[in-house]
Amino acid sequence: MERIYADRKYIIIGFFLLIGLFFLARLFYVQIMVDKYILSANNNVLRYVTQYPARGLVFDRNEKLLVYNEAAYDLMVIPRQVKNPDTMALCHLIGIDKAEYINRLQKARSYSPYRPSIFEAQITRDSYGFLEEKLFLFPGFYVQSRTLRKYTYPVAPHTFGYIGEAGPDIIENNDYYRPGDYIGISGIEKSYEEILRGKKGMKIRVYDVLNRDKGSFREGKYDTASMAGTNLYSSLDVELQQYGELLMTNKKGSIVAIEPQTGELLCVVSSPSYDPNLLAGNIRRKNYTLLLQDTIFMPLFNRALMAMYPPGSTFKLVDALVGQQEGVLTPETRYGCPGGFPLGNGKKVGCHPHPSPLDLIGAIQISCNSYFCRVFKSIIDKKTFSTTRQAYENWRKEVMSFGFGKRLGIDIPGELNGNIPTPTYYDKYHGVNRWRSMTIISLGIGQGEIGITPIQLANLAALISNKGWYYSPHIIRAIGRKDSLNTAYSTKHHTLVDTRYFDIVVEGMADVVTGGTGRIAQIDSVVVCGKTGTAQNPHGKNHSIFIAFAPKENPKIAISVVCENAGMGAAWAAPIASLMIEKYLKRQVKRKDLEDRMINGNLINGKLPENERGQGNFLPD
Amino acid sequence: MREDKGIFYRIDWVVVGLYLALVFIGWLNIYAAVYNDTHNHIADLSQKYGKQMIFILAAILLALGILIIDPKFFSQFAWFIYGFFLFMLVVVIFSGRIVAGSKGWFAIGGFGIQPAEFAKMATVLALAKYLGTLDVSLARLRSIVVAGTIIMVPAIIVLLQHDTGSAIVFFALVIVLYRAGLTGFVPLAFIVLPILGVLALVVPKLILVAVLLIGAGAFYLYSNRKLRTIFLIIAIFLGSVGFVFSVDFSVNRILEPHQRNRIHVLLGQVIDLKGAGYNVNQSLIAIGSGRIFGKGFLQGTQTKYNFVPEQSTDFIFCTVGEEWGFVGSSVLVLIYLSLFTRLIFLAERQRSRFSRFYGYGVASILFFHFAINIGMTLGLVPVIGIPLPFVSYGGSSMWAFTIMLFIFIRQDSYRYELV
Repeated sequence: MERIYADRKYIIIGFFLLIGLFFLARLFYVQIMVDKYILSANNNVLRYVTQYPARGLVFDRNEKLLVYNEAAYDLMVIPRQVKNPDTMALCHLIGIDKAEYINRLQKARSYSPYRPSIFEAQITRDSYGFLEEKLFLFPGFYVQSRTLRKYTYPVAPHTFGYIGEAGPDIIENNDYYRPGDYIGISGIEKSYEEILRGKKGMKIRVYDVLNRDKGSFREGKYDTASMAGTNLYSSLDVELQQYGELLMTNKKGSIVAIEPQTGELLCVVSSPSYDPNLLAGNIRRKNYTLLLQDTIFMPLFNRALMAMYPPGSTFKLVDALVGQQEGVLTPETRYGCPGGFPLGNGKKVGCHPHPSPLDLIGAIQISCNSYFCRVFKSIIDKKTFSTTRQAYENWRKEVMSFGFGKRLGIDIPGELNGNIPTPTYYDKYHGVNRWRSMTIISLGIGQGEIGITPIQLANLAALISNKGWYYSPHIIRAIGRKDSLNTAYSTKHHTLVDTRYFDIVVEGMADVVTGGTGRIAQIDSVVVCGKTGTAQNPHGKNHSIFIAFAPKENPKIAISVVCENAGMGAAWAAPIASLMIEKYLKRQVKRKDLEDRMINGNLINGKLPENERGQGNFLPD
Repeated sequence: MREDKGIFYRIDWVVVGLYLALVFIGWLNIYAAVYNDTHNHIADLSQKYGKQMIFILAAILLALGILIIDPKFFSQFAWFIYGFFLFMLVVVIFSGRIVAGSKGWFAIGGFGIQPAEFAKMATVLALAKYLGTLDVSLARLRSIVVAGTIIMVPAIIVLLQHDTGSAIVFFALVIVLYRAGLTGFVPLAFIVLPILGVLALVVPKLILVAVLLIGAGAFYLYSNRKLRTIFLIIAIFLGSVGFVFSVDFSVNRILEPHQRNRIHVLLGQVIDLKGAGYNVNQSLIAIGSGRIFGKGFLQGTQTKYNFVPEQSTDFIFCTVGEEWGFVGSSVLVLIYLSLFTRLIFLAERQRSRFSRFYGYGVASILFFHFAINIGMTLGLVPVIGIPLPFVSYGGSSMWAFTIMLFIFIRQDSYRYELV
């Protein structure tokens, strides 16, 4: 009888309950103890779609729109959904051949058959119009909008810079950027990246097992909106910039103009230049390579910030200021000029014929080499210093207070230091204690190892017009609102030269234009103060340099112009600077003949006629 | 007694209530699992939930039919029913259609009928009939062989249909044999051998043999040290060692590749989340993401976006886990446990041996489905495609389980008359 086995029911029920409890324990573990399953569930169905904000706009100082965004379209493909398309028609629409079509589709498929890949990037709005009408014919293809940087005026590419996809090193080191995000790579796009970029938003979409979009997650409750980037108000005067680039046609060199009271850059011209639109969108890679390969003109090279020149005679202004500050020079100091400054070994620093002896104003006006060699010698040989080295170090410190030999800290990336040689350099070159004032006398006329960038030259003009101080030059005057000034540039920098020593130098600069080496820079009813310079260039013809500011009282513009291999300062740089000043102060230029001659002057390709070089009877400087 | 009262006063409403609860839970979760926005009515006949509703209504009609059949019919016709379904199992091999690799389906109109589901019920009937015979005693080898044959014949035929899952279910009836007096070593072997098998695949064999040797030594020390016992211990030891060394061979040579993969995946020896491990991984993600209270009815993302294959049938428990959470899953597990213990309780109060063993058979079969199915979705058991009774989508299983259960309810309602 099985009755004797009746107790076995407890074992059987016990077994059932044991298994049941085991399941409950397992459920407790899987559902409550561990988190990985809920994360996996979210990864399965949720896709985080980035909402790209519109990048900030850039305006010029007169609120003209300079940089904006234009809609562009990426043609996307989901390989699995592609079904018997009219391949030829699609190829025709986006301008590729069939082999390329197959190649791209294969690439997309190897990335993922289910997820979208970019098939053709940054289609312009015009091409998109055609494509959109026909898109229904091509299942598996769709269009995703993007924005493309556009430039209203084809000028100032070095200043604006460009944007591109963030590289792997950036993505790795910065949490904000994800593959495919854009980032400013040069120019103000780079230096103001965090302001311009705005804030990305996120949309959460739900996808099913076949990767089909099933709408937004919880009616968009967890979506975040993107915030458009902040607009920038540039100090650039785009008309002046355009005019400057026009004047520099077929010339190598640069023009930098500054509003002296504020340090705001009015124009930054680096020539040869290019249209910034060339580096926007999907044509960037190709064009960048072309520009990079142009090793003759080097259009990508921002001469205004990165080219170093010996300042030539423009540096005599610094001699005049430092000499007075050091007490070795007064406005009444006179030196005779026997046609040059003898170096003691039979050689001399040459000078051109002029009345002699001259006082300080006259020496600036005529740009006497002998005079400033003596001034420089008297600074370095000053009795209060026991060694040349000490005197030189003191001189160097004062010169560097003018913003030379170091970065000015402007808001366009790439600025170089320039070079005011260290005493150590001379120790190495000549030997310790084996150099004297006469050894380095060429510094006194702005030649030799000294290197100054065009923006530092413009800053020199600005600080002289301010009589001893400057704000660091900058291109962005306000952020967000027109009156919300850029606080990064509110520090006044003072030179080590007292204000009272500047007046005589300003007078000298005025005389340069009224009756000296820079007469060609004269403008009706405006008192222009300027100084010519001719930088000796071991590689070829001298560089033509001119710095100026105007008007003399309450100056509005300080400017430097450098024309490479163009000869004397008065030949090209001075007239160009003068035209720029006229353009800025009067908004139109009356001297059409001079303007035409400057625009048409070809210093790169064309041979300059002999007679043209001598035109205008310049006094040499 | 109560013979004057109608059938509705005699049936066990606890079991019927648990049955209806399971059926209703199943229907709701099938609705969630295959929910379709454009056909969102739960009675839409073009969708699985609409069809399941038909299956349920038909099952209730079948149940009512069984409740009015003379309860003596089932014991008297047990052999005939058994024979009939054995015949159908054979016929289907030659004329059936193939569903999911198994050749066990009759196509009748748009529906498929799976005789294997009904064969379980028939086998339980036959086994109960045999064990209910007065001169049967499972202490005798002859009775063991006959009972074993009753179970093995349908199991082998189903195996020939390549429906391994359904074939394994028949082994659940060892519980009935145990209750009928079979030595406890056999069900113990059913529990110990799988564990030993898993260990053989995971633990180095020499270590396993050493442990078995220590075990045998311990048994010897605590035994009565009679010669018979010593022989028995040695025999079991040698058998175990032989089993350990044959596991590799069995897994690698006898099982089919997909079955082998499922075992390797379960043991964590192969991580293949896109292939053999996909189902279980997605199933665990669905259940695990339900947390305490679940995501809510129709809110399960795994369920809604079809990440778990076979979710309305074998993996229906995922939907419960995801949308109703730990609370809902536990309630379902507890309903099943209540049903099983209630069935055992009812079986024990039967006066007829046939009815008692039949009750045990019903409880065993249902329990086995429950254990394998939920164990599979929880990643504890290899993937074996058998339905969760009364809950999974499907007509055959719903009807077969309903018939099987209600035959017992019918027997129970006349327990005083049946001897």
